[in-house]
Amino acid sequence: MEEKRHALSVLVENTPGALARIAGLFSGRGFNIDSLCVAETLDPTLSHLTLVTHGDEQIIEQIIKQLRRLIDVYKVVDITKEGNFVEREMALIKVRAEKENREEIFRICEIFRCKIVDVSPRSYILEVTGNKNKLEAVIELLRPMGIKEIVRTGIIAIKREKKTT
Amino acid sequence: MVIEILKKEKVDVIFGYPGGAVIDIYDELYKTPEIKHVLVRHEQAATHAADGYARSTGKVGVVLVTSGPGSTNTVTGIATAYMDSIPIVVLTGQVPTKLIGNDAFQETDTTGITRPITKHNFLIKRIEDLPRTLKAAFYIAKTGRPGPVVVDIPKDIQQTEGEFEYPEEIRLRSYNPVYEPHIKQIEKAYFLLEKAERPVLLIGGGVISAGACEEVKKLAETLNLPVVMTLMGLGGFPGDHYQSLGMLGMHGAYYANMAVANCDVLLAVGARFDDRVTGKVDAFAPMAKIIHIDIDPTSIQKNVKVDVPIVGDCKRSLIRLLEIVKIAEKPKKYWKERFREWWEQIDIWRRRYPLSYKQDSNYIKPQYVIEKLYELTKGEAIIATEVGQNQMWTALFYKFKYPRTLITSGGLGTMGFGFPAAIGAQIGNPNKLVIDIAGDGSIQMNIQELATAMEQKLPIKIIILNNGYLGMVRQWQELFYGKRYSYVKFSVLPDFVKLAEAYGAIGIKITKPQEVEPTLKEILKINKLVILDVHIAPEEGVFPMVPAGKATTEMILV
Repeated sequence: MEEKRHALSVLVENTPGALARIAGLFSGRGFNIDSLCVAETLDPTLSHLTLVTHGDEQIIEQIIKQLRRLIDVYKVVDITKEGNFVEREMALIKVRAEKENREEIFRICEIFRCKIVDVSPRSYILEVTGNKNKLEAVIELLRPMGIKEIVRTGIIAIKREKKTT
Repeated sequence: MVIEILKKEKVDVIFGYPGGAVIDIYDELYKTPEIKHVLVRHEQAATHAADGYARSTGKVGVVLVTSGPGSTNTVTGIATAYMDSIPIVVLTGQVPTKLIGNDAFQETDTTGITRPITKHNFLIKRIEDLPRTLKAAFYIAKTGRPGPVVVDIPKDIQQTEGEFEYPEEIRLRSYNPVYEPHIKQIEKAYFLLEKAERPVLLIGGGVISAGACEEVKKLAETLNLPVVMTLMGLGGFPGDHYQSLGMLGMHGAYYANMAVANCDVLLAVGARFDDRVTGKVDAFAPMAKIIHIDIDPTSIQKNVKVDVPIVGDCKRSLIRLLEIVKIAEKPKKYWKERFREWWEQIDIWRRRYPLSYKQDSNYIKPQYVIEKLYELTKGEAIIATEVGQNQMWTALFYKFKYPRTLITSGGLGTMGFGFPAAIGAQIGNPNKLVIDIAGDGSIQMNIQELATAMEQKLPIKIIILNNGYLGMVRQWQELFYGKRYSYVKFSVLPDFVKLAEAYGAIGIKITKPQEVEPTLKEILKINKLVILDVHIAPEEGVFPMVPAGKATTEMILV
């Protein structure tokens, strides 16, 4: 069966150990976590996780069922399966910025609507937001300039509302 | 407060072992004669005993142990209960909240260690959470697909006294097991059965934990279905019933495996298609449309592809199915006629390779011991087993007639389980005959519990099928590893008769086939703990056998 990337939206009780349970479930059952992002929701007793994983249909079905089986998990939605969704990731990229390439970096920033959030005599820190492809494009273009460090947030995603009522 | 809550939960027995981090609870227990405390000799045995108590009575078993080594010693028992979906609540002491994380004396991260082997676990950090958490622990353990729950209670929380309100009921927004099946799915299941030509009903442990045995029997009898059982399902349908084909799988009966391999509709109820049941998955019931009823959605579509998944309580689902059967109004004769040819085929298989073994005038055959035991107890005893050959011989040759009479570690396969589980079963069923079928290997894994059983004056009968080997491993080495018997022979075994006597129990040793029947008769009359050391044919194997990873039709028969 074909392996596919899935973004899961998971609501869990905001209790100690809830995250460890989810991480343990993935490692214990040999599932993959490609990216994981956790934060509080409007309701402070619940946390929201965007979890990106991959596998064939049967594996994804098992992952969702196993997540739902955890006592602390309130809701699991496979946003990839539900259709249209918006996905974003942010990266902070520390790149070498010497005299000869400052201009070029600036241009790349403009094209990709990145922000320069820190400037030092020999480097910039760039803030990039977008989907996975965009981030990777920026990274590829900056690589020849000399990337010193990258920190990425992991993906967050949300379902789009229906366009018609 | 903990003990007060246990009283409210109607707990009447605790299996435990005291220590520094639970001394406050023990102090309360001292003043509470209405709760019986069974003092074990090792914490692992406490969990197995609570497990055996739960399996044999259907109630939640309760364990109380101290922090650190107390809690780590319960791990095997918790994992055993988890794999077989047995409801137990394990209360562990913890160092005071202020010391947590400091590597304090006898500190261990109990919730961390037990997380993957519990249905859920809790660490109580605030006294106000205690009542609700304990309520939730019992609720989670026994509802849905049952399982073990650990509650880790720091010492300072135990010491807090005060008024509290215990919730009558509890709702957890993130935990809502589905009991009522989807009626459309039940209808689909019925139509498949109606069109079937070669149906098989496969039942697992879920039938027993849901208390659905009557419904299983009614469905099987009305629709004239052959019934096969997993190890955990034994007793879910009477083993002496004409329609029972016994156990399937790696050591299943020839006709059970043949029936499943050739069926066109397989109705699986409360079973999870473990690898010991399916063998090579691609070759498992290759022609069958599979209907799968289970309360745990993760069990469905995990190992085999299912055509009609039904998530729901086994009992309620079968009740719904029976309702549809009733509405359809097909007479019993119809089903009898419809599956006549299928039954003829099954009977050919039954006649061709019945369960068998060769008698030997010099050696006692273990199968013979079990057969005789079944005859003499008329299938009325509660039988605990250890793990290995003793377990499989028991599963094959003792025809379990009732649910909750076979107490065995199916999923985890825990050696040393049987005897402490028998202690729990005897505590829960003081008027029943409880027997532990053991091997000379497994019995030594929790032999210290002889003291517990004697202290509690339990008349358990331990029958050791003694071949001086770790027999099941030896059998694999014989068949698949060129008879290289690598470390499976015990050159030193205790004298089990003297050992029994050392604890004040009765020990008897037999070596000849003609001694079997009279000795069994004799020990069944004794109202005291007995160890019967039966020296069996040392290299006897368990057959039929499907080599691991092979199709279940590729059986080695004798």
